This record gives sequence, C-alpha cells and structure tokens, in this order.
Amino acid sequence: MLLVAAATAACRQDMHDQPKYIPLRPTDFFADGRSARPLIEGTVARGHLDDDAAYYTGKGPDGKFTPEFPFPVTKEVVERGQDRFNIYCTPCHDSLGTGNGRIVRRGFRHPPSYHIDRLRQVPAGYLYDVITNGFGAMPDYSAQIQPVDRWAIVTYIRALQLSQNASINDIPADAKARLSQEGGQ
Amino acid sequence: MAQIFPKSANAIARMSVYGAIFVLIFVGWAFDALNRSAYNTRAFMAREQPIPFSHAHHVGGLGLDCRYCHTSVESSSFANVPPTKTCMNCHSQIWSTSPMLEPVRASFRTGQSIRWTRVHDLPDFVYFNHSIHVAKGVGCESCHGRVDKMPLMWQHASLQMDWCLDCHRNPEKVLRPQAFITTMGYQPAGDQEEIGRRLMSENHIQDARVLTSCSTCHR
Repeated sequence: MLLVAAATAACRQDMHDQPKYIPLRPTDFFADGRSARPLIEGTVARGHLDDDAAYYTGKGPDGKFTPEFPFPVTKEVVERGQDRFNIYCTPCHDSLGTGNGRIVRRGFRHPPSYHIDRLRQVPAGYLYDVITNGFGAMPDYSAQIQPVDRWAIVTYIRALQLSQNASINDIPADAKARLSQEGGQ
Repeated sequence: MAQIFPKSANAIARMSVYGAIFVLIFVGWAFDALNRSAYNTRAFMAREQPIPFSHAHHVGGLGLDCRYCHTSVESSSFANVPPTKTCMNCHSQIWSTSPMLEPVRASFRTGQSIRWTRVHDLPDFVYFNHSIHVAKGVGCESCHGRVDKMPLMWQHASLQMDWCLDCHRNPEKVLRPQAFITTMGYQPAGDQEEIGRRLMSENHIQDARVLTSCSTCHR
C-alpha cells in the first residue's frame, strides 16, 4: 500500500496541463475569461477579402439578387447541398421543404413551404441572402454554413422545388421511355 | 539473554521472501486496475453543467445532426462548443421564458460566454484532430458513445493510450461510410471488417505501423 501511495502521490499533472491555450481553455488574463479573442471589427484574414459581391452577398452590381449561380452546378454540388440541407434546414423546413420540421411542431413559427409560386420564382441570390442574413423568424446561418455550402443548399432547394412541380416534359427522353414501360408497376 | 526470535521465525522469514513476490504482483495489479478504472479516467461520470443541457433530448428526441451545433468538427482539430447564438436559433421562440434557460438568454444579452464544464480532456502532450478522424470514416459514436442517450454528457471511453491504439492497430473494426458519420446506433450493412477494409483502401488509410508510430500522436 505504501508503494501505491508513493506512486500516486508523486504524480504531477504538469505535462497533462501545460501552461498554454488550447481551444476553449479559459484564461484569467482577460476580464471575459476567453483565451480565444473576438475579432476586432473590420479584421480581414489573409485571402478572405470576400470582394466578389455576387458570390458573398447574392447580389449583382445593380444591387438586385442574381438569378444565376456563381459557379457551375454539378451533381456533386447538389449532393453536397442535400447533405448540408439535411443538417441545418430540415429541423424546421423538413426534408421536403414544406415547413413541417420537428422544431416547428414544437412551436417555432411555421415557415412558408418552398412549393409556393412566390418562392419558386425568387432568384437564387435571394435564397442565398436569406440563409446569410435570416428572414422573419428565421435566424441567419452565416456562422454555421460557409458561403460555398449556402450556394450548394440553394441548388438543392431548386432540386426540391422541381421534384414537387415537375411535368412529364422535364424528364429526359430515355428516362421517359423507361417510365412508360415500368410506370404501371 | 533469551533469543528475541524463536527458531520458527526462520520459516516465516523464508516464506516472506517468496511471499514478497506475490505481494509485489498484487500491488502492481492493483495499481494498474486503479489506473484503468472509471474512478481514474472519469468515464461514465455525468458532469454538472451551468445549464442542464440534454443531448438525449436534442439528438435523441429532436433528431438534430451533431454538426448543426458542432460545426467545425469536419474542418478543424476540435469540435466547437456552439456559441450562444446557436442556442438562440430555436430558443428565441421555444421555451423562451423558461427560467432554466435564463443563463442562455443572459449570455446572449451581455455577450458573456457560458462557462460549460469540459467533459473530454486529452493530455496536452497528445495531438488530436477531429477533422481527419471524421474524414476517414470514424463516426462520432465510435468515441463518444450513444450521445443520444445521455441526459447530461459523460465520457464514454477511457481516453487512455491503449484505447487509442485499439483503433489505430485495427481501423477496419470501426470505420463507417460518410453518410452514417453522425448516426447513433449505426449497424453496418454487412460484415464490418469487410466494409472497414474497403473503406481503408478508399480513404487511403495508412498502414498500422504508421498509425501506431509515436510521432503520429505525440508531435
């Protein structure tokens, strides 16, 4: 028992708890206790000037929302959008975009469905702006979702809108042929 | 003068020489058992928090994805504790008058941080990076356990080095596809070792000799 006592009593934790700041470790040095300091207003990180207005605000030079996406939309972009949409948007908007998510059922204000005429016709930049700055009861998601992912989510919202409002003519010819063969099954 | 020790003391002395071996083994075993015990690692011990935040409710009940709050887990070495703003995304309208959530609202009003109690604390001489583990297919659950069943957060694993090495020696036993990275209660669709070996080659996971090299984690 003496040995155990000697072995444990001698244990110091200096190497475990080194006098350095790791993320979220508090400090006594600043009054607010944060070792990670808030950015001074106007700070621009190297390579983050973000001067591409259409990309970072969704607005063109004329101040109107851009109808186009700032980069080519590929299948990977839409799939990334689906992935991010399911994390950040489905709690309220639900996986179809009708606005009956779990948080809404718990009492959050009901968002409009994506499948109404007004939202089908808004430019892509408008949807980007709502994610960036919020709208109505919806808070902004600028801290949680990076700009590139916001655009990806917008492409997925477009895909969702199309999925609920497609006509037979939107289907490519070969898929249409397969649909008419297998559709009845 | 009479002898202090009777003649039988010789036998006791001989026995104690052999007995000392067993005593030493026992002491060694006891020390090891204590070192690995939850008493020492503080595993399975729910921590008091300034606000009784329940992962069981938010993850298990509401089905929020881990990344809704822990946004940096895929891109940073550490998984951030969300800022108060993230709480207020919902709690500006839901339970917005609850006295239990007053510290959250106070933090939002004043800009002061909520001082949560740290649950997982690795020694400072260990380099650990969340993003690479997530990118290579280690699910949240593999280290943090069934968070969706924890009313208050506790540490699921010992966080000791032998526990790290269990996976670093045999990554195929825990790897899962990206689509299920935050899934709680994940069941592999097929043989885990087969899926794991496929993911090892797809994700370019290095040989166990590299994964268990000292400088992989102590740098």
